[in-house]
Amino acid sequence: MKTKGIVTGIISNLVTIEVDGPVAQNEICFVDLAGTKLMAEVIKVTGKEAFVQVYESTRGLRAGDKAEFQGHMLEVDLGPGILSSIYDGLQNNLETMKGVFLTRGEYTAALDSEKKWNFTPFAKAGDQVIAADWLGEVQEGWLPHKIMVPFTFKGNFKVKSIVSEGEYTVEDTIAVLTDESGEEHKVTMKQKWPVKVPITNYKDKPRPYRIMETRVRVIDTFNPIAEGGTGFIPGPFGSGKTVLQHAISKQAEADVIIFAACGERANEVVEIFTEFPKLVDARSGRMLMERTTIICNTSNMPVAAREASVYTAMTIGEYYRAMGFKVLLLADSTSRWAQALREMSNRMEELPGADAFPMDLPAIISSFYARAGIVNLNNGKTGSVTFIGTVSPAGGNLKEPVTESTKKAARCFFALSQNRADRKRYPAVDPIDSYSKYLEYPEIIEDFKNKIDQDWVDNVFKGKNIVLRGKEAYEQINILGDDGVPLEYHKRYWKSEIIDFVILQQDAFDEIDANCPMERQSYMFNLVLDICEKEFEFEDFEECGNYYKKLINIMRQMNYAQFESAEFNKYLEQLNNEVNNGK
Amino acid sequence: MASKAFQKIYTQLESITKATVALKAQGVTNDELATVDGRLSQVVKIKRDLITLQVFGGTEGIPTNSEVVFFGESPSINVSEELSGRFFNAFGDPIDNGPVVSGEKRFIGGPSVNPYRRKQPSELIPTGIAGIDLNNTLVSGQKIPFFADPDQPYNQVMAQVALRADVDKIILGGMGLTNDDYLYYKQVFENAGALNKIISFVNTTEQPPVERLLIPDMALTAAEYFAVDKNEKVLVLLTDMTLYADALSIVSNRMDQIPSKDSMPGSLYSDLAKIYEKAVQLPDGGSITIIAVTTLSGGDITHAIPDNTGYITEGQLFLRKDSDTGKVIVDPFRSLSRLKQLVIGKKTREDHNHVMNAAVRLYADAANAKTKLENGFDLSDYDLRCLDYAQDYSNRLLSIEVNINTTQMLDTAWELFGKYFSKTEVSIKEEITEKYWKNS
Repeated sequence: MKTKGIVTGIISNLVTIEVDGPVAQNEICFVDLAGTKLMAEVIKVTGKEAFVQVYESTRGLRAGDKAEFQGHMLEVDLGPGILSSIYDGLQNNLETMKGVFLTRGEYTAALDSEKKWNFTPFAKAGDQVIAADWLGEVQEGWLPHKIMVPFTFKGNFKVKSIVSEGEYTVEDTIAVLTDESGEEHKVTMKQKWPVKVPITNYKDKPRPYRIMETRVRVIDTFNPIAEGGTGFIPGPFGSGKTVLQHAISKQAEADVIIFAACGERANEVVEIFTEFPKLVDARSGRMLMERTTIICNTSNMPVAAREASVYTAMTIGEYYRAMGFKVLLLADSTSRWAQALREMSNRMEELPGADAFPMDLPAIISSFYARAGIVNLNNGKTGSVTFIGTVSPAGGNLKEPVTESTKKAARCFFALSQNRADRKRYPAVDPIDSYSKYLEYPEIIEDFKNKIDQDWVDNVFKGKNIVLRGKEAYEQINILGDDGVPLEYHKRYWKSEIIDFVILQQDAFDEIDANCPMERQSYMFNLVLDICEKEFEFEDFEECGNYYKKLINIMRQMNYAQFESAEFNKYLEQLNNEVNNGK
Repeated sequence: MASKAFQKIYTQLESITKATVALKAQGVTNDELATVDGRLSQVVKIKRDLITLQVFGGTEGIPTNSEVVFFGESPSINVSEELSGRFFNAFGDPIDNGPVVSGEKRFIGGPSVNPYRRKQPSELIPTGIAGIDLNNTLVSGQKIPFFADPDQPYNQVMAQVALRADVDKIILGGMGLTNDDYLYYKQVFENAGALNKIISFVNTTEQPPVERLLIPDMALTAAEYFAVDKNEKVLVLLTDMTLYADALSIVSNRMDQIPSKDSMPGSLYSDLAKIYEKAVQLPDGGSITIIAVTTLSGGDITHAIPDNTGYITEGQLFLRKDSDTGKVIVDPFRSLSRLKQLVIGKKTREDHNHVMNAAVRLYADAANAKTKLENGFDLSDYDLRCLDYAQDYSNRLLSIEVNINTTQMLDTAWELFGKYFSKTEVSIKEEITEKYWKNS
């Protein structure tokens, strides 16, 4: 028997319901508005009154309207067909919705129940299995999508029967499992999972131990992110957050990309689904859209669903992780999610924390970031969810609650600087404020030793130091004037400019420069570092500046040329000549 | 919003605050309209049978035995071709002595367009102003505000842009316009003979501030009718969004909500986004483009209103008075149109992107030279040429008085390049330079 209730109060999308039975925190209910069912989630219970946040506009709702509780939390459907779909924050398929406008109360199925998938079984009758074990697979785009024992199954099961290879829909029973008490359970290719609960059906979650290549130099070389790691990108508007996130999503070494457009511009989402279907993944040669899912809750869509959207995205990420894939989850922007929390907290008249955000904001953010990670699956394979969120700090001030809470949770900090953006130094990631904690992980240092060379991480820190010293020298030059400082200061400054122009800056709109593999990055970085370690003699600061400018120009041409092509080598020779002729 | 046949009438108020009244009533729906002592109000809170109404006109002089009449529905507007050329107040009632508009009734503040049904904006909207067309090209379906201090002539510039833009309908949403500015718009539109394609919703400073909360939704519901139903290109002008946000903060304050940054309501971002995101390029050719004004206080863009706006809109246009030429210009450094890449060099001549960047770069060099000059350093020959170029560039291109097409703008820029600089100083890709270079 489902619990029922009567609406007693309405303030915007916060509705109070007097209930006639038990309700659970975060339970889903439907409020009946003249025949239209509006989805809502319980966020607080006092006595017989449940406070629910309605995921849609409550216009026209009245006291006395009926509600029905569903007995479960907000769930998503997991199964083949998620990739290349475009969902809203509650996993409604936006493509199958009718009409130009989003209609209130229109919910569409996440998975196509009629599409047939070619299923190949792994398991056979008699096998012992537990939750998340692979029973078989279907081909989804270019990924082998594993069909697993549902995550909700507790204890040991025995495969009673499993279908043979053939075409099945997500609704067809593909296996029957018997539990310890002998009861039979049918398994289809589709399962449900509550989004706010992490999927933990894996053996263990080690510390991240290998890097994930993004082909963005300022990240890979200077502030690398680990596979299964976390990072965030704060930056004022106009500093290039979106371009950077799009670059990462196009190039990152991941099997699955989940893009949560959370409370941002609709036209940016349009850009993704207009451009991605035309883009080819450099590694696999397949279309980018085939490995991408967009969870889209733009700024004008209902606020409560915005909060749900990041959880929906994370749950889908965890699902693909359980198949042994490398998943990259991007959320743009987590500030909008925090604002959604603030709006609800405000309506419930909770005592506010800093900037009127709820007191538990840091806890909510860190437990969300904690869901990322690389995991060892029960079958010995590994899977990972790497999470990068953007933060839109109010007024560009990094001392606001969302940035500060995120800083405690995320391990990489890619700070976008207004100053660099103004000077058109893109990506505008500040080389001094930004950091990656992974550079201090012994496992990661070991990974770099194996992949690149023995001294890589030491060299990276050397490079960072050159940039820092260059900045200090630049400040002195600005205060004392070009003539007022020793020539040494100019040299320091120009060495940092080489790193800035050749390594840190990258043209996101140039096909070759935008996509810079690790091998090329290490080659260029070592080249630059060698030059920085050389000491040249100059007559005066002008000669010094002109000399280094020449070197920078040649190396930038190298960045635009195909790696190790004739053109590239021509510039390399020019560079070597200049370096050898230097005094 | 005239009264309807079926109405419930109450005469006993439980409480009165500056902006709200509360009373016991049955069967009232959320968001529905009512009149309290003849003043238009809207339901903002329901607690069992206790209904809180926000009175748009303020509650001064409202007695506890006021007559309260519920309409049973939320604010709406009648849409049809009859809207063209008309002036309305915040409630959609005519203020030009014309007849009431007949047509289909549409509730304002309706649902959003399914993002999947949107098209990528790709139509250029020419304005004739080089500071916009050349450096910060507008695209249909874009939303962009002018960031301007109150003393700048943003209303004049908006009126100019509106009249020059090649669109089917122009809808003006005036919030807290001074009566003088309202009459200015009216006169400019009449003089241009463009009145038949213009629709205005106006709340002046003489009217209660809370009323202006209805203006953007009124204007955009009308815009959606023309863009979605009639496949027309619609340009919506919203001035001044800062006053709109101020009205939001008044209401949230009266509702005892906890303010966040700069005493603005915590929902400011969502409130503004709901308006701006109505900008759209539709698959059948219709579009809504929004140009707004956000007035700043002393150029401060970190204030919550411009800051939240910047995160929502696709760029911003800064107006500035150039002291060297005395002209009001569109600041090339701080202005940005995020969508310009979708059209420049594609819908305009191939050299557009190169010319734009080179011209701004040289203007930046001129700014550096100016700083040098002010600090008493010697100027090089190049510095002096930059300064001369900046004068010409400001006068002939950046000034908002300029009215030429994009090709003429590009030619003018090449002319200036040839007059003051060498090819290497301009440093544009060789094949482009060879094709367009002009020797003086």
